[in-house]
Amino acid sequence: MPEFTILGAVLASIVAAATPLLLAALGELVAERGGTLNLGVEGMMIVGAAVGYATAYGSGSLLLGTAAAVAAGVLLSLVFAGLAIWLAANQVASGLATTILGLGIAGLIGSPFVGTRLDAAPTLHIPGLTSLPVIGEMVFGQDAFVYASLVLLAAVGYGLARTRAGLVLRAVGESHAAAHALGHPVRRIRTLAVMFGGACAGLAGAHLSLAYTPFWASDMTAGRGWIALALVVFSAWKPLWLLAGAYLFGAVSILQLHVQGFGLGIPAQFLSALPYLATVIALVIISLLKRGQGAPASLGMPFIPDR
Amino acid sequence: MRFRLERQEAVSGIGVLVAPLLALAATLLVGAIMFVVLGLAPLPAFYIYFIEPLTDPWTIQELVVKACPLLLIAIGLSFCYRANRWNIGAEGQYVAGAVLGSWVAIATQGTEAGPWVLPAMLVFAAIGGALWGLIPAFLRVRFGASEILTSLMLVYVAQLGLDYLVRGPWRDPGGFNFPRSVSFDPVATVPLLFEDGRLHAGIVIAGVAVLVAAFVLGRTLVGFSIELGGSAPRAAAFAGFDEKRVTYGVFMVSGALAGLAGIIEVAGPIGNLQPAISPGYGFTAIIAAMLGRLNPFVIVPASLVLALTYIGGEAAQITLRMPFDVTRVFQGTMLISILAADVLVRYRLRRVEGAAHA
Repeated sequence: MPEFTILGAVLASIVAAATPLLLAALGELVAERGGTLNLGVEGMMIVGAAVGYATAYGSGSLLLGTAAAVAAGVLLSLVFAGLAIWLAANQVASGLATTILGLGIAGLIGSPFVGTRLDAAPTLHIPGLTSLPVIGEMVFGQDAFVYASLVLLAAVGYGLARTRAGLVLRAVGESHAAAHALGHPVRRIRTLAVMFGGACAGLAGAHLSLAYTPFWASDMTAGRGWIALALVVFSAWKPLWLLAGAYLFGAVSILQLHVQGFGLGIPAQFLSALPYLATVIALVIISLLKRGQGAPASLGMPFIPDR
Repeated sequence: MRFRLERQEAVSGIGVLVAPLLALAATLLVGAIMFVVLGLAPLPAFYIYFIEPLTDPWTIQELVVKACPLLLIAIGLSFCYRANRWNIGAEGQYVAGAVLGSWVAIATQGTEAGPWVLPAMLVFAAIGGALWGLIPAFLRVRFGASEILTSLMLVYVAQLGLDYLVRGPWRDPGGFNFPRSVSFDPVATVPLLFEDGRLHAGIVIAGVAVLVAAFVLGRTLVGFSIELGGSAPRAAAFAGFDEKRVTYGVFMVSGALAGLAGIIEVAGPIGNLQPAISPGYGFTAIIAAMLGRLNPFVIVPASLVLALTYIGGEAAQITLRMPFDVTRVFQGTMLISILAADVLVRYRLRRVEGAAHA
């Protein structure tokens, strides 16, 4: 059944393309639920990609590379947290600065590796299940990052809704003054949430440079960090909707590649622009439907304790 | 022992001047650390990066040429940021302006068109940039969509559109298949100010923009409504200023100026339309606007400082074989330092005893 094989491969590639978006957006969702808008996602992601690649190339260990990518994402997120949370600087500007710095650092780290290649992270085959028609490859033939993203999604969903830590985080994001009055260390909690965001962005970068396209190219994130930010808005700050959004965007970016492959006479650049246009359209639609519902009430506001 | 930030009611005049200098000092410190990590002696590297370009009249001209687009874009962005509208897509508006302006040049190529061509290009570029900038403004006013994300997404769309044009319909048929348009006719080229040099008439336009912007922002009701809309939106609403008009206005101005910067660059130093017409001017100008404290006059030296990071980066690329990304690290560090220094000026760091929690 060749049609089924093709369909299965397409579905599998959609999941793979969606995974970095899902990972990065998941981390940003946690940061934003705590009240911090971190526009540095793109920067943290590309630093993760560069550090992860350099480490994996040097050590030969994908696991080490992934760990280094996560650590790099966290480190850069601390720069942002220092500015936006502890110095109470403007969050939009701080995030932009983080992205610009991240792009530069990643370029410096990656420049010796231009033109090299790694063996991609292996897909995990589960005997019997992976060979199921159509969905076999999509569900059971992915690399470890894909499964990690789904486990993280479940953990974040559960953690936010069902645990005390999640409740405190949401309280900090909804009303930092009230949370502060209750004795919660607002800025420390926000810093932890931003660090989680950095870790997820770093992991997303590692997926790009170690599994999805196992080589280093400058600017290889190509705006995915920004799309992840849009996805958080699209999800109305709800983890499950993030899954739907990320896979929808994965589908758009994969389908435009396949349409390019068929050569229907549509200029390649128009198709390449589709994910970005889809982001704009998605933002408009969600704004029409929800009018900002779901956004944490203290989002983007710096907290300065008065006593 | 703990520290606490305390807001200062009156920001001292000296502090406002000291903050950018403090930021520059911090940037150089981080730069020194970066050079050491890269295995370079910091002082010679600094010399090549920041001093040597200033010792040669030719590179000083080049510095002014590089500062020109930064200045134009940053002036426009200062309108947006004063109004608290976050246009971060100036790079896209720059491209859109360059494309629409170049259309005039390409359409009149080889005809008997007179000296009206260049003015027409400038007008079309301003319109192109303004229209591209009005898209996120419209989406924000009409639908409430975040202008931060939409303006940035449109950068990618504009760049891909430019790529399509220069590889497709606008490719020079006699250009050996290189992705670039025909070279512009002399009437479609920004003239040089001096016979043998690099300075072009675009710098005069940028200078005029500085004066007009300083007047509008500092001395008119329009400037006041922009400022008030950003710092106290509710007060602005009570005063009867229309928030929507401010949004459209500031995006239109910043888009138009970015578009002008685009066509001046294409019809000036570059000479034709190519896939890569900007080394990130639209993003670097954000830093120039911040370093210039959103004040048109202060943005002039700020643009020159950022232009120096470009020139120094190119020099270091050649003599030290340093990757160009060093420039981006400098620029990012600079923005971070500015933001941090700003806070330390507005707030006082005070030691507190005891355990006030974070």
